[in-house]
Amino acid sequence: MAEKIADIEAEIESEFEMLGEWMDKYEHLIDLGKSLPLIDEAHKVDENLIKGCQSRVWLHADANNSTVKYTADSDAVITKGIIALMIRVLNNQPAEEIVKADLGFIDRIGLREHLSPTRSNGLVSMIKQMKYYALALQAKHS
Amino acid sequence: MIEAVKEKTALNNEALRAEFSILSRKVNGQPLVYLDNAASSQKPDAVIEAIDRYYHNEHSNVHRGVHFLSQLATEKFEAARETMRAFVNAAETREVIFTKGTTDGINLVANCMARSVLRPGDEILISEMEHHSNIVPWQMAAEQSGAILVVVDTDASGQLVMEDFYAKLNKRTKMVSVVHISNSLGTVNPVKEIAKAAHKFGAKVLVDGAQGAPHGHIDVRDIDCDFYTLSAHKMYGPTGMGILYGKAAELEALPPYQGGGEMIKDVTFEKTTYNELPFKFEAGTPNIAGAIGMAAAADWMAGVGHDKIRTIEKNLLEYATEQLSEVEGIRFFGTAEEKTSVISFLVDGTHPYDMGAIIDKMGVAVRTGHHCTQPLMAKYGIPGTVRASFAVYNTYEDIDTLTAAVKRAAKMLK
Repeated sequence: MAEKIADIEAEIESEFEMLGEWMDKYEHLIDLGKSLPLIDEAHKVDENLIKGCQSRVWLHADANNSTVKYTADSDAVITKGIIALMIRVLNNQPAEEIVKADLGFIDRIGLREHLSPTRSNGLVSMIKQMKYYALALQAKHS
Repeated sequence: MIEAVKEKTALNNEALRAEFSILSRKVNGQPLVYLDNAASSQKPDAVIEAIDRYYHNEHSNVHRGVHFLSQLATEKFEAARETMRAFVNAAETREVIFTKGTTDGINLVANCMARSVLRPGDEILISEMEHHSNIVPWQMAAEQSGAILVVVDTDASGQLVMEDFYAKLNKRTKMVSVVHISNSLGTVNPVKEIAKAAHKFGAKVLVDGAQGAPHGHIDVRDIDCDFYTLSAHKMYGPTGMGILYGKAAELEALPPYQGGGEMIKDVTFEKTTYNELPFKFEAGTPNIAGAIGMAAAADWMAGVGHDKIRTIEKNLLEYATEQLSEVEGIRFFGTAEEKTSVISFLVDGTHPYDMGAIIDKMGVAVRTGHHCTQPLMAKYGIPGTVRASFAVYNTYEDIDTLTAAVKRAAKMLK
């Protein structure tokens, strides 16, 4: 059983709190973006591509009973760092919890601007798509 | 004595910079360095005050009432048209149509041509460096009329391949629509030569002047284009406003665009007769404040002097090119001989989005992405660029901050 979404969000928040300045936060995000192999190359295909004007995101989901496992990637490293955080929060969670998650931690750690639709980096569409997969799985099981 | 470091020419723009209140604000706790002028420039006090004065003291609807304020608003509105006529050096004020901006002007011409002149098999010639707003309206016109869209190549330096233009121009070409100055690359296109060649085949010529207008010295009669469109907000004026210049005979030949009030002479349910130019193309109550603000911007530019504007921009471009060249792994896109104060670049191993996000934190506003020129970015095989564009109020210090920010971001990202 995975940790609860709210608990993981709280963990990330305290990690970022310790980082203080925006520079350190961004360096941490860049490290996250660089270090994680987030998606199998076989899934990095056009059908999984979420187009943004600025950066592109690939998202793939696998259902495991009533939980969802996500893999994703982006061509921009900051976007990828934020994706890594999203995946850490939502991975292997029950579909119904994913659908309900408000993901307010992004705002609370000071990265809200990256979730603005005007940034057009594919993240907003990615979250929608993540929830959509969870919703579809939930519908299948109900 | 030979100096090792090139002397900077004094810009002498401190006083005019002070007329832009917004430039003294901070963003992300840092002094604002505004280098996104090709997207939209900031507004001097004179423009903001003209709009303010209009709404506080002069507002009413135009061309309708007999009362004092309606007359006053109409006078101001028509005076703005005259100012814009002079700005582009059109022959007559009726050749100046008020629009929402460049995109609106192109849509007007494309839509009206699709419903009148264009026939199946006709060709519309555009270029590879066009903004989406000079691609999509023509695709729509082509779809509606059966005409074909033909695209002229751009070379590696970001210049039009003129041999390709001449090769693609023929008697089926009914329309040539090209950008005066590329928004992504800064390339200045030889629009006069293009117009001359197109006219030999009887084609009409539209010049997208969105990036042309901010640099002044627009002369539609010298270019001899049939249509020229611009946006006020890129030339120190308000958003949602622009003009479409058209030769009177060409505008007369087109059917009306939108129907409504103002554009009619007589309406019965059986038959409507249309108003004369320019009103035939101005359905509905216009953006009166926008027109007045735009004219104030044109007056402000004239006050500064178009030569001075160009000199300052040229100095900024030269200095920025020199400074940014020192950034390790930088690649420039758009190195045409004739270019304006736009620098598009990428630093090896970094994504433009990441670069833009980090330097924004340092107070530097640039544009990142494909700049609404996806086909051009696809040609270069890149996701987009970082674009710094300079206006008359920018300084060498702005460029120093930009260069330092780019270096710091590159270090973080590599």
